[in-house]
Amino acid sequence: MGVAAIKEYTFEPADRLENFHGNQLLYIGWDQHLLFAAPFCLPMPPAMRFGDIVEKVLPGIYGYHPDFAQIDWSKVEWLKSGQPWQADFDKTLAELGLKHKDALRFRTPGLNGIKGSAS
Amino acid sequence: MDMKVSKKKLGLKEKYQHMTRGLGWETTYQSMDEVFPYAKYEGIKIHDWDKWEDPFRLTMDSYWKYQAEKERKFYAIIDAHAQNNGHLSVTDARYINAVKLFLNGISPLEYMAHRGFAHAGRQFPGVGPRVACLMQSLDEIRHAQTQIHSLSNYNKYYNGFHEYRHMLERVWYLSVPRSFFDDAITAGPFEFMVAIGFSFEYVLTNLLFVPFVSGAAYNGDMGTMTFGFSAQSDEARHMTLGLEVIKFILEQDPDNLPIVQQWIDKWTWRGYRVLTLVGMMMDYMLPKRIMSWKEAWEVYFEENGGALFKDLARYGIRPPKWLDQIEKDKDHISHQAWAVFYNYAAACNFHTWIPTDDEMDWLSQKYPNSFDKYYRPRLEFWREEAKKGNRFYNKTLPMLCQTCQIPMLFTEPGDPTQICYREVDYKDNKYHFCSDGCKEIFEHEPEKYIQSWLPVHQIYQGNCFNEGVDPTAEGFDPLAAVLDYYHLNFGRDNLDFEGSEDQKNFDAWRGMATKNT
Repeated sequence: MGVAAIKEYTFEPADRLENFHGNQLLYIGWDQHLLFAAPFCLPMPPAMRFGDIVEKVLPGIYGYHPDFAQIDWSKVEWLKSGQPWQADFDKTLAELGLKHKDALRFRTPGLNGIKGSAS
Repeated sequence: MDMKVSKKKLGLKEKYQHMTRGLGWETTYQSMDEVFPYAKYEGIKIHDWDKWEDPFRLTMDSYWKYQAEKERKFYAIIDAHAQNNGHLSVTDARYINAVKLFLNGISPLEYMAHRGFAHAGRQFPGVGPRVACLMQSLDEIRHAQTQIHSLSNYNKYYNGFHEYRHMLERVWYLSVPRSFFDDAITAGPFEFMVAIGFSFEYVLTNLLFVPFVSGAAYNGDMGTMTFGFSAQSDEARHMTLGLEVIKFILEQDPDNLPIVQQWIDKWTWRGYRVLTLVGMMMDYMLPKRIMSWKEAWEVYFEENGGALFKDLARYGIRPPKWLDQIEKDKDHISHQAWAVFYNYAAACNFHTWIPTDDEMDWLSQKYPNSFDKYYRPRLEFWREEAKKGNRFYNKTLPMLCQTCQIPMLFTEPGDPTQICYREVDYKDNKYHFCSDGCKEIFEHEPEKYIQSWLPVHQIYQGNCFNEGVDPTAEGFDPLAAVLDYYHLNFGRDNLDFEGSEDQKNFDAWRGMATKNT
């Protein structure tokens, strides 16, 4: 049973891919840095190079944090849907198999937020 | 003459009989199923509506009399409050933001409750619950009105009160209380009664009203306190109705138990999520604190709720699911929520701020296991940055939970350093949740929640700009366009309390009332 209803009740999901004008949604969260109180939601073209997100988008959204400038991107650990995931900065989102509404997290070993408080 | 004279006046019992039960009949032109189309589809089986026991035996004529009396008292006090510049007696102008949260987030729910009870009353084939729902429906619209009238006094002087009705359906954080109630009124009449009548009015109501009403009393806000008191006797009736509904449904048929249990699990969790806003208000927004969120939860849920569910055990009802998680979360959610509003203060219709040193010490004392370790460092960092003119305003939209619509601010039960992520694949789409509770609610009725109007996604779809705005134009500023659509005045309604127009005006006006310069 998909819903309790008096008659047939099926509708398109409100957030299907075609509603986003050529973009797909990518969620991204920086573990142990809750100064950013929740993960982010970004509309991105599937043809965007992943490295461009890291190099051009993330500084704008995470740059406020003193840890951000110290990140060694070669040591960053990525997770997709909670599972270890191999990033490749030269591939596009589509080539990396990132689909609409996928959630990525990244971990920066050694950088644990303001005074180590996960903030 | 031996003519038989009928009694002139009906006894109370007879009057009740005629004016409630006597008003119903079995329809013949149309079948009862056609007249009451929502009575059966939820799977609840009712065999005898006459078994409904009305604990108050109130009839409409006496109802009007009681309410009219309360209205007279209420408006006398509200007038006095307005004429004596009651708004200047509050502890400090930060308090007024708690009132904004109430008017924007809670008062519209009173109106929605009015609609919901009117609908449920219309749909129940039994006369007893129909009359009870009618009265509660009228109570709820009265509450909405008294709150709006009472708080309109603040609207004359302070920002953020002016468009609560418009904002309810648009502003990102207001989708949390709004979607909660929309979920309830789009359910069937029985689920609505368990959701709002029982889970909200009975189990959680003290956690909503006591903090706001006591908060008002502690902070010198006579206006808000008065509508709280005026609603109090109604609330007692609502709580009794909520409990009666549960008992009645469960006594009618054993098949009803699993359905009701699932509703109790769902609505306790959903209500608890909405109460995150109240927890934040208690711990951060009242200059004069009453008690911490954690203490309130312990008194009003763990103790009182514990006794209630012990009482319901004889019907086979067990306490709601996920209480073990709530127990772990009570040290954290208010701080995590305040962090979200501090982050997104540019898109909000009330102000946020960093607590004073005294207030941080109070938080340390109330939250010895969490505040100094996880939350104080973040607040002190923000304070330092703000002093340097670098107040943090997060301009990137957050990821939301598909069910409760709250930004994904909650952490893993037992690990306050790790955001809790849950996801489900359903019909080629992915859905994300803040918790096991929200995930399970989705999985039970996915077709309902895949239509959630998530403010962040709606903005990205281009649905949150005023007509005629061109998002592809050069120099397009999406934040400004969204705030226009919200009717939120940049620099007046939003941003930090420090330096706000409210702060300046309050200081100036209070100065005029207390000083000679």
